[in-house]
Amino acid sequence: MENDAIVAVDHVSMRFNLSSEKFDSFKEYVIKSIKRQVSYDEFWALQDVSFHVEKGQSLGLVGLNGSGKSTMLKIIAGVLKPTRGRVTVRGNMAPLIELGAGFDMDLTARENVFLNGALLGYNRAEMEAQYEDIVKFSELGEFMNVPVKNFSSGMVSRLAFAIATIGVPDILICDEVLSVGDFRFQEKCEERIGNMQKKGTTILFVSHSLAQVEKICDKIVWLEKGHLKMFGDAGDICRIYAES
Amino acid sequence: MSTYIKNFLKFQPLLSELVARDVKIKYRRSVLGVLWTLLNPLCMMVILSVVFSNIFKFDIENFPLYVLSGQVVFNFFNDATTSSMTSIINNAALLKKVYVPKYLFVLARVFSSFINLMASYTALLLVMVAVRTELYWTVFLSFIPLLLVVVFSLGIGMLLAAMTVRFRDIMHLYSVFTTGLMYLTPVIYPMSMLPGKIRMVVLLNPLTNYLEMFRDLIFNNTLPSAGALALGVGEGLAALALGLYVFYKNQDEFILNI
Repeated sequence: MENDAIVAVDHVSMRFNLSSEKFDSFKEYVIKSIKRQVSYDEFWALQDVSFHVEKGQSLGLVGLNGSGKSTMLKIIAGVLKPTRGRVTVRGNMAPLIELGAGFDMDLTARENVFLNGALLGYNRAEMEAQYEDIVKFSELGEFMNVPVKNFSSGMVSRLAFAIATIGVPDILICDEVLSVGDFRFQEKCEERIGNMQKKGTTILFVSHSLAQVEKICDKIVWLEKGHLKMFGDAGDICRIYAES
Repeated sequence: MSTYIKNFLKFQPLLSELVARDVKIKYRRSVLGVLWTLLNPLCMMVILSVVFSNIFKFDIENFPLYVLSGQVVFNFFNDATTSSMTSIINNAALLKKVYVPKYLFVLARVFSSFINLMASYTALLLVMVAVRTELYWTVFLSFIPLLLVVVFSLGIGMLLAAMTVRFRDIMHLYSVFTTGLMYLTPVIYPMSMLPGKIRMVVLLNPLTNYLEMFRDLIFNNTLPSAGALALGVGEGLAALALGLYVFYKNQDEFILNI
């Protein structure tokens, strides 16, 4: 069964060193090293977490703040390397972590479309083909030649969502992104995610809204203080989680 | 190895977008736009000719050209390494969110400096035509030392980028260092006026070798000696290997420190 998995997380642990006194200058480092004052507190954000997602399934991550959900997603996305364990991902990924992270505020919306598309691995021609669709979905038609720094945060989110969800990636990573925009736009986003699911995209979804998680996901990983508390079908876990 | 190449090809559009962004932002809101890359060195040239043909006088013919050629090479090195140095920390927001091969940011900065180098090189050639110096066929070979400087700068840039993530004060130290380095490179003075000991020090500077090769080709109709060329190639590759080694050793830690 492991072989069909599109994302396989295998005994992953992640350790952070919290330097007790933060230093980021060479001078301080040398002085502290000489005085032997460099010490670290270890912090395990994740400990021995294993689960897997099969193609076409969608997975929700739930847990309280600080339980390691975002760290998990970052490891899957390849941003962080796990201290121990292994993550195998088959297929291409579209990260939708914190909308607008890839924007350059000085560039216009139009230029940002191409920059962001390139971040996701699309070339210029592919982006030209998708451009009209992005403008339409984000409803920013008349603002495309305005620098993004003049946008409201809602406009930025709309544009970012429209770019991140072009094409049909094998895996879409969403970290708390559906809480942006007005009610109508949220509905539009959910609809679009639903369409992607129908086409076989695997969604990895983090949200504090249990209703959203239940609606979108088949399986749930419940993390508590870095440990895997439960992994199973969405319906069951949502019930237990809501009661706890 | 093939996975590296595949990965690079996947992100090659990103590289061009990043370079385009650097160039665009630099000349945003200026009426003449990208033309400045060409105009800047030309204006520089005018000032240099006034200063050096009236105040400082060395017995070198076309001294302003001599200085300008030195500046073309040195400014590229300075620009490429200084901007590479901050490439990782300036893109922290991005690196924390999305997986992108990290070396792309350094490469993009060196490429955009290279575009500036091409412009100032063109300006240098234009000035040479304008003041009617003799143009030799060796001018066509002058891109070779320039390419070596690019390789050398890329190596140093990667080294600096990796180190700056860990130790931010390198940023401040480095600007002092490059000011010193400029005087250890024969940019504004001829090698012939140096006394023995200082001459040795200046010759130890890899940039001196690149610059001398460049000037020989562009002004003096002289091919670089095999030794000088081998030294240049060797120093370039050594810098690149060192930069890559340090960068790859540390790149997984970047995210924890930015």
